[in-house]
Amino acid sequence: MGTAQILFWSLTALALISAIMVLVSKNPVYSVLWLIVVFFAISGHYILLNAQFLAIVNLIVYAGAIMVLFLFVIMLMNLNTETEPQKSIWMKFFGVVAGGLLLSFFISFVISSADLKGKSAQLKEGEIGLIKTLGKALFNDYVIPFEIASILFLSAMVGAVVIGKKD
Amino acid sequence: MQTLIPHNADESRRMMQSLTNRAKPVDRRPMNFVDRLYLPAVLKGMSITFGHIFKKPPTIKYPEQTREFSPVFRGLHVLNRDEEGRERCTACGLCAVACPAEAITMEAAEREPGEENLYREEKYAARYEINMLRCIFCGLCEEACPKDAIYLSETFAPSNFARKGFIYGKKDLLIPNPVTQPEEYAKAKGKR
Amino acid sequence: MTLLAFDWIFLIEKLVLIVIIISVSLVIAMYETYAERKVAAWIQDRVGPDRAGPWGILQPLADGGKLFFKEEIIPNSSNKFLFVLGPCLAMLTAMMTCAVVPWSSKLELFGRSIDMQIADINIGILYVFGVVSMGVYGIMIGGWASNNKFSLMAALRGASQVISYELAMGLSLIALLMLTGSLSLKTIVEQQQAGLWNIAYQPLGFLLFFVCALAECNRAPFDLPEAESELNMGYHQEYSSMKLGFYLFSEYINMFISSAIMATLFFGGYDVPFLDESKLAVNVAAIVGLVALMLKIFFFIFLFMWVRWTLPRFRYDQLMRVGWKNMIPLALANMIITAAVVLLIKK
Repeated sequence: MGTAQILFWSLTALALISAIMVLVSKNPVYSVLWLIVVFFAISGHYILLNAQFLAIVNLIVYAGAIMVLFLFVIMLMNLNTETEPQKSIWMKFFGVVAGGLLLSFFISFVISSADLKGKSAQLKEGEIGLIKTLGKALFNDYVIPFEIASILFLSAMVGAVVIGKKD
Repeated sequence: MQTLIPHNADESRRMMQSLTNRAKPVDRRPMNFVDRLYLPAVLKGMSITFGHIFKKPPTIKYPEQTREFSPVFRGLHVLNRDEEGRERCTACGLCAVACPAEAITMEAAEREPGEENLYREEKYAARYEINMLRCIFCGLCEEACPKDAIYLSETFAPSNFARKGFIYGKKDLLIPNPVTQPEEYAKAKGKR
Repeated sequence: MTLLAFDWIFLIEKLVLIVIIISVSLVIAMYETYAERKVAAWIQDRVGPDRAGPWGILQPLADGGKLFFKEEIIPNSSNKFLFVLGPCLAMLTAMMTCAVVPWSSKLELFGRSIDMQIADINIGILYVFGVVSMGVYGIMIGGWASNNKFSLMAALRGASQVISYELAMGLSLIALLMLTGSLSLKTIVEQQQAGLWNIAYQPLGFLLFFVCALAECNRAPFDLPEAESELNMGYHQEYSSMKLGFYLFSEYINMFISSAIMATLFFGGYDVPFLDESKLAVNVAAIVGLVALMLKIFFFIFLFMWVRWTLPRFRYDQLMRVGWKNMIPLALANMIITAAVVLLIKK
């Protein structure tokens, strides 16, 4: 087993365990913190794939910005176990069944997908996640979707300003 | 004769005499673009503080350096002796009466035969206490004393952990004997 | 690819470098506290600490000793684990940034050419950015875990300040990145060695970056998260002993690192002006470069303190207004103008 594999498996284990902890934690603040750990583990995977740009952007955007906002809201709402509405056991049971079905669907889809068959991840050599290749791909091949997405964000920003503005 | 009553705000401002000529009128004009950038004001402030770095600090590093007191400084009390080293105080109580803070208490005793070299008069203070927490260092005791037995020196009472320590007895107040300890006497006497 | 196929000497070399850099930044942070008190004293026509050792240079040790021996209080109703995690995170994120700063050019020792940089990754600036954005967690977790309303409010205040100014900081950096075309700090320094310093091209960008750095380090005039008496302390209100020390210390490390980043990005890093380093021996050039970088860093640290002891604190709404209504539009304008100029010249 090489270094990369050891890292891969430990990161995977970390990601899965902390993802489970996100769901299991009683305290929502703990859930958010575990979710941040998940993002770190995923960033680790990106780095293993030599996608440093993706790794750091994942950290900046998700762990650094979005999760901080989550944490903001949760800290201010002061949620705890006492105020959490207790769901009935049947609700929980059906939730598990539905989630499990969705998961098995995804797994079977990924396994049977023709695009992914017989391919392995590029460790260390891959260039797809580097800022140069990513930029070229975004601004050459996918320039129209990219611009449409930016217009979407712009309109969302304008909407936020309109809502936030006192009249 | 004209009365000096201002009739409106403008007039009162004109009539208000400046004492030092250093007063600056407040500029209440609306801020222009350069002002609203704030940067010139910030830079001006920074240059002022930078200039202060090179100023000499007025600090006196206390235990090593001490402030020069004026000769009339009223500090800690001293019970004086005459040239032969005899206590001048006769326990007349005038200082205690004069004291506005009622900080002085004393007990008189009669001089026994054979104590002539210790006390100048037939009566002396067996106990003489000044409460330094009450004392306001006004110097009235010094003025009241007919025998020049008490005067205020150029030192001040050092800090202490307990209130008890601020009640100064005779052994704290009495000046060293000029005959046996001339050096200490000169030091305690100061410039007066 | 087996586990033991590392270049072990390389690993040891990097470890030594890491240990040296971290201990140096700790010592510098220690003496920053002393320098802060001295600079404050000079500006206020005072003497400052001068009792512990000659000129008071042992004062940081005395302060550290005091913090260590103070009673360690963990509030009963606090969240114990997170309460301890908060200062640790603050310290960790403060230290992590120094990994990508190029401290000097190559040093030749024992027949090896040693890079004076822990890791020259091709996303250097973004890494700095990522770590800075992680720094919020130290504040938020500490403030929340204290289970105190004042701490929580101060933590939210601090976090929203850091997030707001991060945006303007990023935008001011994008203008710089358009000029350099690289995210690696090493490449940026090498470009500045060959040509002019980046401050010549990006004066507004530097100004914006500097103001944002003040805000990110929670320094005056943006020190609302920790306004001692006015706003009831800050997110570290419940902290005592060395955990409080960690919070305060991480701030001084942040100050050191952000000075280093500013010197690297805008003031040529380890470049000595009007000196051709390639004519010097390799080791001499490295040492001269290190000294030059340190001098630049010390200047910026002094600037931080100078600003602190000159300007009064912003009010919270003023802080937010400056951040969102002044800094971000300015940074955007700077970015667009830079982009247009770069496009024109390249054509």
